[in-house]
Amino acid sequence: MNPLELAEAEPGPAFTVTLDGREIDALPGQTVAAALWAAGVTSWRTTRGEGRPRGVFCGIGVCFDCLVTVNDRPGQRACLVPVRPGDAIRTQEGTGHER
Amino acid sequence: MNAEEPRLAVIGAGPAGLAAALAAAGRGVRVTLVDSAEAPGGQFYRQPSAGLGARRPEALHHQWRTWRRLREGLDQYIAAGRVGHRADHHVWCVEREPEGFTVHALLGPEQEKPAVVHADAVLLATGGYEKVLPFPGWTLPGVVTAGGAQAMLKGGLVVSGRTAVVAGTGPLLLPVATGLAGAGVTVAALVESADPKALVRRAGALAGRADKLAEGAGYARELLRRRVRTLVRHTVVEAHGTDRLTAVTVAALDAEGRVRPGTERRTPCDTLAVGHGMLPHTDLAEALGCRIIGPNVHVDEEQRTDVPGVWAAGETTGIGGAALALAEGHIAGRSAAARLRGRDPDPREWAAAAKSRAALRGFFATLDSVYAPPAHWTEQVTDATVVCRCEEVTAGAVREAVGELGAGDVRTVKLLTRAGMGWCQGRVCGPAVAGIAGCPESVGRRPFARPVPLGVLADQNGDQAEAR
Repeated sequence: MNPLELAEAEPGPAFTVTLDGREIDALPGQTVAAALWAAGVTSWRTTRGEGRPRGVFCGIGVCFDCLVTVNDRPGQRACLVPVRPGDAIRTQEGTGHER
Repeated sequence: MNAEEPRLAVIGAGPAGLAAALAAAGRGVRVTLVDSAEAPGGQFYRQPSAGLGARRPEALHHQWRTWRRLREGLDQYIAAGRVGHRADHHVWCVEREPEGFTVHALLGPEQEKPAVVHADAVLLATGGYEKVLPFPGWTLPGVVTAGGAQAMLKGGLVVSGRTAVVAGTGPLLLPVATGLAGAGVTVAALVESADPKALVRRAGALAGRADKLAEGAGYARELLRRRVRTLVRHTVVEAHGTDRLTAVTVAALDAEGRVRPGTERRTPCDTLAVGHGMLPHTDLAEALGCRIIGPNVHVDEEQRTDVPGVWAAGETTGIGGAALALAEGHIAGRSAAARLRGRDPDPREWAAAAKSRAALRGFFATLDSVYAPPAHWTEQVTDATVVCRCEEVTAGAVREAVGELGAGDVRTVKLLTRAGMGWCQGRVCGPAVAGIAGCPESVGRRPFARPVPLGVLADQNGDQAEAR
């Protein structure tokens, strides 16, 4: 059983967003982080110093590990930001302001 | 509604904030409930987002009936105009003024647009967040906090992989492991560093809360039924992988809390949900000048802080779970309502809640003494292990700051290494830096509870100048 079945979820129609240009499906009500997890993606940022991959850590907006660039706005916390149809999500390098 | 009625701002819509808002609103106070989430409930009653259309949201929850009662009460007071619910409001500062308080918030997930709420008194119900101590590999994607795994599951109905290990210490690990297992994740092991049998030796202190023990036993049965292997007096010593988690190494602990050499075993997994207890959110209280004792906001019998007009309830006054938060919120709301209307409250009105509060505080003090991280956890932290995740400061750098550079406190370690200077402002690495440095933990003393755009601060001054 998956979590959607467990909660007997009947979400509205899925829509498409892009991650670095690649199309992925997202559901209404999901955060950017939830949509990426559902698509099998667990990292979407590299650190400023060592260039190490990061994704969700605290899941509640405290740790800032899940920063991501959404529609050209870097530094968004993926665990808080709702995903919207047509969002262009980009993996974020460093602060996201560097390129 | 009477415009002369006193106004109370309740910050946080979890169990404590909801109980407080309902208690105050029912006693002639206009309440503004200010909360960062889209929907009320806090972390404990976090719901699947409305867009997901969950017909059975209770499948991932417990104490659902209590939640329904709170939710119905809130809806009734909102409909009657007695409570205003400000969702998506991220409070960054509460300002004390001669005529009351101004609550400053930022709107929405992007947190750039400002909003203010004025009130005669404030009630801080800001909750807590999870403490995680570092170990090699803990920054790999796939390693999440236990509470984070639960939040993503409850709120987004998602999991990060197929096979999880749940590890660390504390009562939260049980619902997280059962939650993940129920949602179809193979839980390869539940790894608890403490020995819950120690609870039996303290049975006297726990006897008053048979319901809480039954809750724990219920989780244990569920894990058994799902054939989840439970290892007590064990700890994760390393998370493996290059770009994401592929396995963890778990080892047994000896009586002193040291890893027993030769007991290491490797378990393949793609998710590690890990936690070492909880920490209270105290930023707003600190900035207001409330007394903080240890990690907790200090309150009196009425849940009043040391600052007149400021009450606090729930995890912010000390970690103790939802039932304690409800009792504290109920007392705080009643006390605030009476005092705001110029009366001394009669504590007999909340005798039942006070009794419950005393029993639960005792219960959690006992749990705390059992569920402590392994005494020698720092021995497993290699010099190359990142301790401050934001600034990528290693344990080696922290040790150098203490050893060669002579830092004697956490503040000096921070100045020498940048540990705690990043985005999260030391919320995640605070206990780890203190532990590795061998220094006492100190209160953060952050002027703002979250990052604030400079433009908002500039406009704030402009608004105030205009108002004058």
